[in-house]
Amino acid sequence: MTSVVESPVRRRSWGETAGRWAKIASRELVTVAITIFGLLLITFFIARVIPIDPVLAVVGDNARPETYEAARIELGLDKPLWQQFAIYVGKVFTGDLGRSVLTSNTVVDDIKRVFPATLELATLGTLIGCLLGIPLGVVAAVYQGRWPDQVARIIGLFGYSIPVFWLGLMGLLLFYAKLGWVGGPGRAGVAFQDLITPVTGILMIDAALEGDWDAVRDAWSHLVLPASVLGMLSVAYISRMTRSFMITELQQQYVIAARVKGLSEFRVVWRHAMHNAFVPLVTVIAVSYMHLLEGSVLTETIFAWPGLGRYLTNSLLNADMNAVLGGTLVIGAVFIGVNLLSDILGRLVDPRTR
Amino acid sequence: MRHVAKLMMASAFTALLATTAQTTMALAQTPKDTVVMAKQIDDIISLDPAEAFEFSGVEVVTNLYDKLMGVDLAKNNELVPELAQSWSVTPDNLTYTFKLRPGVKFHSGNALTAADVVYSFQRAVTLNKSPGFILAQFGFTKDNVTEKVKATDDSTLVITVSKPFAPTFFLNCLTSGVASIVDSKLVKANEKDGDWGNGWLKQNSAGSGAYKVRAYRPNEQYTLDANEAWYKGAPKNKRIVVRHVAEPASQRLLLEKGDIDIARNLSKDQLTAVKANKDVELVQGDKGYILYLGLNTKNPNFAKPEVREALKYLVDYASIERNIVEGTYKSHQSFLPKGFLGAIDDKPYTFDPAKAKELLAKAGLPNGFTVTMDVRSVSPITDIAQAIQANWAQAGIKLELLPGDGKQTLTKYRARTHDIYIGQWGPDYLDPHTNAETFAINENNGEDAKSKTLAWRNAWDIPEMTKTTQANVLETEAAKRAAVYGTLQREHQKVSPFVIMFQQVEVSADRKGVKGWVIGPSSDTNFYAPISKN
Amino acid sequence: MTTWTDYLLTDSPSSRRQARLGQMYRKWLAFRRNPLAMVGLCIIVALLLVAAFAPLIATADPLAQNLDRRLLPPSGTNVFGTDSLGRDIFSRIVYGTRVTLVIVLLVVVSVGPIGLLIGATSGYLGGWVDRALMRMTDVFMAFPRLVLALAFVAALGPGLENAVIAIAITAWPPYARVARAETLIIRQQDYIAAIRLQGASQWRIVWKHVVPLCLPSLIVRTTLDMAGVILIAAGLGFLGLGAQPPIPEWGAMISAGREQIFDQWWVATFPGIAICIVALGFNLLGDGLRDVMDAR
Repeated sequence: MTSVVESPVRRRSWGETAGRWAKIASRELVTVAITIFGLLLITFFIARVIPIDPVLAVVGDNARPETYEAARIELGLDKPLWQQFAIYVGKVFTGDLGRSVLTSNTVVDDIKRVFPATLELATLGTLIGCLLGIPLGVVAAVYQGRWPDQVARIIGLFGYSIPVFWLGLMGLLLFYAKLGWVGGPGRAGVAFQDLITPVTGILMIDAALEGDWDAVRDAWSHLVLPASVLGMLSVAYISRMTRSFMITELQQQYVIAARVKGLSEFRVVWRHAMHNAFVPLVTVIAVSYMHLLEGSVLTETIFAWPGLGRYLTNSLLNADMNAVLGGTLVIGAVFIGVNLLSDILGRLVDPRTR
Repeated sequence: MRHVAKLMMASAFTALLATTAQTTMALAQTPKDTVVMAKQIDDIISLDPAEAFEFSGVEVVTNLYDKLMGVDLAKNNELVPELAQSWSVTPDNLTYTFKLRPGVKFHSGNALTAADVVYSFQRAVTLNKSPGFILAQFGFTKDNVTEKVKATDDSTLVITVSKPFAPTFFLNCLTSGVASIVDSKLVKANEKDGDWGNGWLKQNSAGSGAYKVRAYRPNEQYTLDANEAWYKGAPKNKRIVVRHVAEPASQRLLLEKGDIDIARNLSKDQLTAVKANKDVELVQGDKGYILYLGLNTKNPNFAKPEVREALKYLVDYASIERNIVEGTYKSHQSFLPKGFLGAIDDKPYTFDPAKAKELLAKAGLPNGFTVTMDVRSVSPITDIAQAIQANWAQAGIKLELLPGDGKQTLTKYRARTHDIYIGQWGPDYLDPHTNAETFAINENNGEDAKSKTLAWRNAWDIPEMTKTTQANVLETEAAKRAAVYGTLQREHQKVSPFVIMFQQVEVSADRKGVKGWVIGPSSDTNFYAPISKN
Repeated sequence: MTTWTDYLLTDSPSSRRQARLGQMYRKWLAFRRNPLAMVGLCIIVALLLVAAFAPLIATADPLAQNLDRRLLPPSGTNVFGTDSLGRDIFSRIVYGTRVTLVIVLLVVVSVGPIGLLIGATSGYLGGWVDRALMRMTDVFMAFPRLVLALAFVAALGPGLENAVIAIAITAWPPYARVARAETLIIRQQDYIAAIRLQGASQWRIVWKHVVPLCLPSLIVRTTLDMAGVILIAAGLGFLGLGAQPPIPEWGAMISAGREQIFDQWWVATFPGIAICIVALGFNLLGDGLRDVMDAR
């Protein structure tokens, strides 16, 4: 979906511009459709090739042959592969993602439940990533080549180098077991479980809506450590990209001009340079957000977090076809959405394509 | 500017964590009338008694529903009538009559009648889900079940079985989850497309038992509310919360922090560690689960009886028990678990590499051979497998371990494409026939076999033993039946392609103050109702 | 000044080789000025040495069990303590360098060329080939990487080679993207047009002229990606689907140690630190290389 380099610049009328955008939009739409179809096809293929018997998830190991056979037919596994796939795709078009055999819920319901959990985690993770990563990147750019740059670089690279599952274990050991600062594994303290009516599915918001501030604090105490662990990943990426954008901006004429005018360094850096580095940074943040959404499998495992990553892994290892396809579809859609966003931003910002 | 950035960096992380310090301290205790457990519950497929057949699912079902018969844990699992007030059987062992306990009500308020029992049995037999055969093996089919199971009046039930089975066998089967009595009116109201309410019951309850389902989220948690009107008296607690915590280390942490009351899946090393904690007590009970190696006799090496016996001399049972599984498994070498009718305690095999080499030489393999073993990547299975790997190397056998997820190794095992499978077997119901059937019956060793027992999975063709085992289920005299099982097991130990190593001991660690929690011999007998806290 | 530095740093090289060597030497000088990059290089060199001389460094057989000496804390005999089967953790970590190196090298060897070829072809040929190939990369990138790797390992069966294949399958798309972007720029250069006019075949142009020019940015990308590969491999090991036991794979070692993490911290901690150090080494090296080779 990266933009094709367009031939340069000529003034266009409004109508022409609108038509051009319509053309781009329709082309993107086709692209999206093809990508999603490919995604489904490959997922279907992989999930069927895995030597795991999906019927086992329905009947367990001790079932008698007749029970087993009945379940196999009920799952439609007696039909040829292409037919199973065709049936599935047909249903997807009507918005029906089928039923998970593992949870016996519809996949749509399952995703409605697990996706907010991951969303919550990734959102706070990204926030932490920005809060640490952007200042880190700016400092590194301002002091390019000197020791603060090196320190920022090491901190950032550490985020890339630590196995997240190990960091999670160590975090639990320190902040939960030893210091008792945060809540343990799981999404909420047991005392609050099942007492909050899900509205958005994001526990903290739901609790706040009910005005139950103890529950909000409890949810927060469980969320903060896994989100921080996850956020370490994006600190590295965001700080590195911020640094490179800022270095570019700080070399620009207008920065020199601003300095000459006698503006304080703080103003120059944070108001002027940052202002211009902001748009590409948004794309970076979006990409990092996406990576956290899909990269949370291990974090969720360590923290017993009922999110999409665990749902997907679990379904995969049980060959729970509909659930795997549904989960992949959601992540694929997010991926495509973020890509589109960065594409559009790119077009808006890049003067050659404006 | 420097200032701001530095400050932000320095404080952000600590600030984030510190915000929560106060709250968690205050919350680190579970509500008094609620019992909270951490347990691995990702094996649950369904909460429908006609479908649940996994360790965790069965445990939930037994706390939601009542059955005609039960066992008395205090009296060595003696059969006792439950919803049935009394029972009798005709001398030919074909017709049973049950008198129902009067005045029992379902959670919905509906009265429990003989019609509900008929409906429940009809439902289980017709749905024929995984545990359906436990009833079906007595000759019930979806066409004849209403003939064979009849309500003569509101409180009397007459059941006719197809063969003169040992009465203990039949009654033991009635204690299993599939024979639970469901609320026929409520289930019918929730029926969809002729599914006998299966879709609804997967996640809800319609019983008369000690608890009803408040919420169930697969792979996450279930919450049960006490049934104050239970016929045995109100449970000692108001609510049970069982949360899925996969990591034993996390379970232990939650327990020591007081976030949970009972941790169900601690491993040996964690048990050793929590023993030192004054606030924690251990509760244990023998489980019928057997840990064994299945040797596929399709592998030409395992077709040789000497090789099979050699491998039985090649496991360092004592060292593995002491160092890897102490407290969670104990040595056991026959197919009937301790506590079952006819179980024997013979342990003919010890670690003896010299003897094993001798046997291997006799089989024409003095230098050993190379073979693979499919291993679930879970503790302690991986460690046991690696210990066995080192043991076998002493006799020149090169064992290659193939790690995989549970369902993956199982799929391979069921297709008989493994060399060696290391796994657990749990009895389906509380009668010796359940294990005898799977370990010692193989009616048809072909790929088209109707019954695919463990003996079949390891391609072990045993027409003689099959006959003996099948005949024994009709033996009505308990002592005689037990004696035959004893002989069978001794023979089995010698010749079978099963290296039976351990029997599980289920241990749970509880906060001090938790009282009344007893671990039964099967998941059917893990009752929540007596648990109280002070 | 010695003569060879003069030879390398001369302003007027007399042969093409001298010019090329001189250029490389200048890059090396620039690289050497970056202390962090040098630290990274040292770590990687140390990794290579440890892997090469593992039998000399290890104090015990990494596979030798001693169940009666299990879970011993770090001491004189067992510097990093022993694991749940009584094996020496230090020796296992030392031998584990070999496992890590094998994974990293195999992945790089397989991923680099695939990504390069697909990207360069796509970028150079354009049109429907480009669209088809880019859709394919999109599809692969839209998967969560670890889950995809997990799926492939499950499908292919356990073992190091299969883990490598699985990681490779998930790792190529970004390479293809980078290579394509480079190619798009390169193909508009005049000299490519000149070569085309001389009648060179398209494959020849892609292989002989486009690909070599994409190399620097891909080398940087690869070095930076190695840390990611190590982490993914460790993640697979952690989920129990990577290397076969008893191979001392670091991720699997952490996974085995999480059972004991609260009492016998050393079992999971040391392999974790080992992963950190090596991944950091690759990251520092890659970062330094980028500064030198790829000014953007």
